[in-house]
Amino acid sequence: MNAIATDVTPVTPRKPWKNTRATLKTATINGFFSAVLATALYTFTGLDGILGWYVSFIISVMVVMAIVSKVTGNGKSIADQVAPVVISAGFATVMIPWISLIGTVVQRGVKGIYTGFFTHDMLVNSMDEPLNVGGISHAIIGTLIIVGIATIIAAPLGIIAALYIVEINGKAARFVRFLTQAMSGVPSIVAGLFIYSTVIIAVTHKNNAFAGSLALAILMLPTVARTSEEVLKVVPREIRDASYALGATQVRTTLRVVLPTVRSGLITATILGVARVAGETAPLLLTSQYFVRFTTNMFNSTMASLPTYVFGALRTGTENSLARAWSASLVLIAIVVFLSVIARLLGGRSTGRK
Amino acid sequence: MSDSISTDSTTESFVPSITPNVASVTTEHTSRNAENLEVNGTTTGLEARGVHAWFDKHHALEDVSIHFPQNTVTGLIGPSGCGKSTFLRLLNRMHEFIPKSAMAGEVLFNGEDMYASHVNATDIRTRIGMVFQKPNPFPAMTIGENVLAGPKLAKKKVENPDDLLEECLTRAGLWKEVKDRLKAQGSSLSGGQQQRLCIARALALKPEVLLLDEPCSALDPGSTLRVEETIVQLSQSMTIVIVTHNMQQASRVSDYCAFFLSDGGPGRLIEADLTTNMFSNPKDERTANYVQGRFG
Repeated sequence: MNAIATDVTPVTPRKPWKNTRATLKTATINGFFSAVLATALYTFTGLDGILGWYVSFIISVMVVMAIVSKVTGNGKSIADQVAPVVISAGFATVMIPWISLIGTVVQRGVKGIYTGFFTHDMLVNSMDEPLNVGGISHAIIGTLIIVGIATIIAAPLGIIAALYIVEINGKAARFVRFLTQAMSGVPSIVAGLFIYSTVIIAVTHKNNAFAGSLALAILMLPTVARTSEEVLKVVPREIRDASYALGATQVRTTLRVVLPTVRSGLITATILGVARVAGETAPLLLTSQYFVRFTTNMFNSTMASLPTYVFGALRTGTENSLARAWSASLVLIAIVVFLSVIARLLGGRSTGRK
Repeated sequence: MSDSISTDSTTESFVPSITPNVASVTTEHTSRNAENLEVNGTTTGLEARGVHAWFDKHHALEDVSIHFPQNTVTGLIGPSGCGKSTFLRLLNRMHEFIPKSAMAGEVLFNGEDMYASHVNATDIRTRIGMVFQKPNPFPAMTIGENVLAGPKLAKKKVENPDDLLEECLTRAGLWKEVKDRLKAQGSSLSGGQQQRLCIARALALKPEVLLLDEPCSALDPGSTLRVEETIVQLSQSMTIVIVTHNMQQASRVSDYCAFFLSDGGPGRLIEADLTTNMFSNPKDERTANYVQGRFG
């Protein structure tokens, strides 16, 4: 060892694959000429407004890139130079409405948000009152309860359906898969109507929160089932074989080997289902409706939720009530984004790692 | 120490121990005649009688009869698609997990047909262990949990789990490498280590027979050597059947060899004999061609 390590000269780490100064310089020149061309296009054609500038800039970049690569001939074809620009432009175009939507909700929503917004309910206040009184605590808790109960119903059922399709793969497996696919296309108001006619009219005779949970469970079930199915399919057959070869029954193989292997994936499937239904309004209008304060009575009383709060505030239609609607929307979006991020974090971790 | 030296030494030390068995056995593939194997009225080890296998309409294996004597190593050789792995999976009732599969014939385990209606298939699998071509440790379990997964999955009580863990890993030749990281994930090991972990996992149920389906095909020569040494050691206390594409491996580790071949139709057992005979003096011309590397 020592004999080899006698004359070691210090080596500085390099990153030859990174952009060099030359490429940055080229990019700057490209950008400059693109801007010039874009301005010319903007000035001398009918293109108008921000959108016009955007379109002319995209066109200019493509043209300049194509010319530069033709002239310099640096090895890359015109298609290779232009394709990334087209893709990036498409991506940016898709992002515009999304950013605009989030931006508008945040911009208009922050006005109505104060500490009391999260701790007060609307028992003594009306939607029309100034934004420093009343809040949405009852709607937040109501959404959490209604969606929570829907999850307790739909997640196990969805996972069981996926287990039937993948693990048991019985005669009806294709039919069950077809049904879950068809169910994922059911309009949410149909789910609400279904529960309204089968539960509220036929059994309870009045609107209640539990019926809302049932309606959301119907919408959640196909999402959970299909995502879980995809997750279970990823478990290699070798893993199941290993378990069977050790004398494990199918039940124990599923419970002790397959399910622990995809635990994080199943959690992701459930959270995706929650995110799918958290903002549903139509089924809740028909079932759980709205109530001015928090109630624990799931079966005999209507219950507030964020979507129905927004709906109610919009219907009131005054300046203050519209501001409340934006604020509640912001909170709802924040909750759904939060859940999606959690789902992404859990799903991103490699299978079974702790 | 080079590979060839150590392999030779293990083979030498191990051949004499099986000689008594060899003497008592005539031609194993015609085991219906092998009355001299009967102990207390039953044959020992594992014996297939007229075994066929189908995948849906596809006839994959035709009329295979062969006896695997107790505490010996038998190599199953032959080109790809000749039904070796199918036959191996028939020996511990893993074949039936393939949808639309079917079989015919009998597989006698200690004299009793394991396909008889009263036999519990999961019980057979705890007594006949299997190691697969691709290392398949359970991803959601640590190294220690992987080794002890068998008793846990089969709901068998273990008196001293720590002792069993050390014993199995030692017999699989992995203990020294992993004893300080038993809580690490099984997937954190190298491919060769994972395969020895899978052998250790199969050993935890104390099987009487161990089936290995090309256990070294994904391993480097060093790991292959370790696994082969493990196989030779294990054969002193259990019956081993190993599918291999590697002729040198078959000649290094096995006492008997069985040559399978498919001529486009179902795979058949062409010849089975002592490994030395199979390689030096095969009766069938096709066997001679195959073991000398002229095809396949």
